[in-house]
Parts: sequence; structure tokens; C-alpha cells
Amino acid sequence: MTAPKLRFATVWLAGCSGCHMSFLDLDEWLFELAKHVDIVFSPVASDIKTYPEQVDVCLVEGAVANADNLDLALQLRQRTRLVISFGDCAVTGNVPALRNLWAEVDGGSRQSVLDRGYLELADRGAQHPHAPGIVPELLERVLPLHEVIPVDLFLPGCPPSAERIRACLEPLLRGERPELTGPDLLRFG
Amino acid sequence: MSVHTLTVDGEEVAVPAGATLLDAVRAAGAELPTLCHLDGLTPVGACRLCLVELEGSGKLQPACATAAGEGMAVLTQTPQLQAYRRMAVELFFAEGTHVCAFCVANGNCELQDVAVAVGMDHSRFPYQYPQRRVDASHPHFAIDHHRCILCTRCVRVCDEIEGAHVWDVANRGRECTIITGLDEPWGEVQACTSCGKCVDACPTGAIFRKDDTTAEKQTHRERPQLLRDAREKHQWQNQ
Repeated sequence: MTAPKLRFATVWLAGCSGCHMSFLDLDEWLFELAKHVDIVFSPVASDIKTYPEQVDVCLVEGAVANADNLDLALQLRQRTRLVISFGDCAVTGNVPALRNLWAEVDGGSRQSVLDRGYLELADRGAQHPHAPGIVPELLERVLPLHEVIPVDLFLPGCPPSAERIRACLEPLLRGERPELTGPDLLRFG
Repeated sequence: MSVHTLTVDGEEVAVPAGATLLDAVRAAGAELPTLCHLDGLTPVGACRLCLVELEGSGKLQPACATAAGEGMAVLTQTPQLQAYRRMAVELFFAEGTHVCAFCVANGNCELQDVAVAVGMDHSRFPYQYPQRRVDASHPHFAIDHHRCILCTRCVRVCDEIEGAHVWDVANRGRECTIITGLDEPWGEVQACTSCGKCVDACPTGAIFRKDDTTAEKQTHRERPQLLRDAREKHQWQNQ
């Protein structure tokens, strides 16, 4: 009897999607992965819009930067057995969190980044976006995932290489916990 | 020449009198992470990564700044030391703003390396994002204080090897910072000879050449020792 397939998800919060591109760089090993998992939620491999119940493993790319990120992070934690911080943005905040440097100056980080993006750099018709319920509100501080929810595994890298992602997932498919040590498997940047 | 015999993790090792515990650990072939230490410069024991335990006393000592003594029994890898080292590295990351992804020293950074060495996969301490400066007033070099870990290698290499003493340390606590001259813009400090030794000594991407962009910093961290040997022992690199 073959083991039941793991219910597998990937999530994209505040990041550049580079970690997901790196995930796709797994190339033919994705076929191997597909033998062992059902992809139940993913921006690159599924069209499901609502995070499902009873997920076994979830790779979470990106920092927590806005209200939608926060809601999804809290929801996925409740519905997932093993949550993996996937890449430097999820692990450290990385580039999206650089606006925290303005957290206590010039009206705060949220206002500073919006003014810069939508007013100062606009060629014409400068105005702030305002679409309640559609465009999510930015949080004042961008946070790494583990400052919002408990995280079970950390997979650093910007992005983590396909080899590193595989080294993390392969043991999980066998029901083992991966040991990520040494510069090839554990390095920021 | 008198010699001290001691043990490092149970391994017997003999070092000349005047050697440090770090010399002894290296002679024993054991690995010990360091950050503020740079061969050729006076040790300061600032980063606390090379802490070792002296068996019997239970006290932790910085190996770089502690003299090796006859009969010492040094432990380098107790669970307590490993926990403290990882905590120290996490605090370095949390204290400044270290974003490897676009740093000039990505791939050639000793802070990045020690994070791997101590097995740091995330920081348990919240990042502080302190308000710090970038000084790009020098024609060739720049300093981004966000990436500075206050190891004082630049201060020491400029004072002890170049003899210019452009760099120093000002203030205390979270206000502590490296300064040039009398806290002037680097480009206005006449004592600076533009030798670049501070760039070579800097363990992170804090001090860099303006020509270098992401992951392009190349360093020559062996140079202070080469220069010191040349002056004091008349041993030249090409001999």
C-alpha cells in the first residue's frame, strides 16, 4: 500500500516571487514531488483561492507587510501542520522590511513609502490609491513570518536554490525532519 | 623559548609563551568562529564569538584576548558556548540592518559566514532598524553604518598598521558608532591617506569601494598580518 499523499501548499506574501521561481527551477524533480503530494493551494500550481483545511506542509514566501498578508498567515497557521518560512523575506523581512527604517520618522514607514511611490515619483495625476476591501492596508511595520505565527522550519536564501528547496522537502516526504547546515543549505542572501 | 602545554577539547597542544588561547585552539586544529579578531591587529575581545570555557573555573573567556597558560584545559564546544555564540550572532543581525540580498559583501562577508557556522537559520530577536548614516563623502570609499558591527578592525588597522588614526569610536550603547576624524565627513579628514586598509579589514559590507555594487566586494584580510611580519620580522611576501 502506498503512503497517503501529503497535502502541500505554497503561499506568496510580501516577496518578489523569486522563491517561487526557484521552486519551479526544481524542473523534473517536480514530477517526483507530484507523486508524493497533492498541491492544494499555490500561486504557481493551483487555482484555488481559499486556503484549505488540513494542509500537511506549507512553504510561505514573503514577509508580512499588509492586512491581507496578516490574515492569510494567521489562517494558514491554523490549517497547517508544518509551516516553513521560505526564503529571506519570510525569515528576516529582507527587502520589503527596509521601509521599517522609516518607522519612526517622517510620518511613519507606511506614509513614507506610499508618498514616495504614488506622489513623489508620479509623472501625472499623483494620488494615493484608495479602494477599501480591494487594496489591502499596509502595516506600519513589516515583520518576518515567525514574529506573527509560530514557524516550524526555516529555509533561508534570496532565493533559496532549487537544490536547497529539494534538500528541505525530500526528508519531509519520507516523514523525516531535514537538517539544514553548512553554506550550501543555510546561508542568507 | 619557553613553551606552555595545555589541552583543547582534551587534545594536548604546546604553544610558545605569549601565545593566546586562540593560537592554542588553532594549533590544536579546532574551529572557533571570530569576527573582531584579525591576524596582525591587537585583539580587543569585542564580539565574544571566540568565548571558550576553562575547565574547573567554569568561567568563559574570549580566546583571542586571553593568554595561554601552562596546564589550562580549554573547552570550545560546550552546549552553553554554542547557545551563547548563536545568540550573539542573532543579536548582531538584529542590532543593525543587515540585508544580505543586495549587500556589496554578499558572498564575501564574515557575518554571513558566522551565521552559517553557528547554525543561525533565523533571529529570535526582533530587528531594530536603527537610524544610522551613510557617509559617501570620500572620493573612493564609503561607509554604510547600518552594516557596521562595531568590531573596530578599521580603527585598529588605521592606527596600528597605517599610522593615520582616522577612525575612532564615539558614544555608548545603541548610540555607539564608528567616526572619522573628529566626527567629520570622511572625505574632509586630511589624515586619511586613502590606503584602503579599512576596506580590506572590514568583516562586512560596511566599508566598501564605491566602484563595487551588490556582491562585488573583494577583500584582502591577510594584509595586516603580512605588513606586520614585513616590518617586525623582515619577512616579505615574495620571499
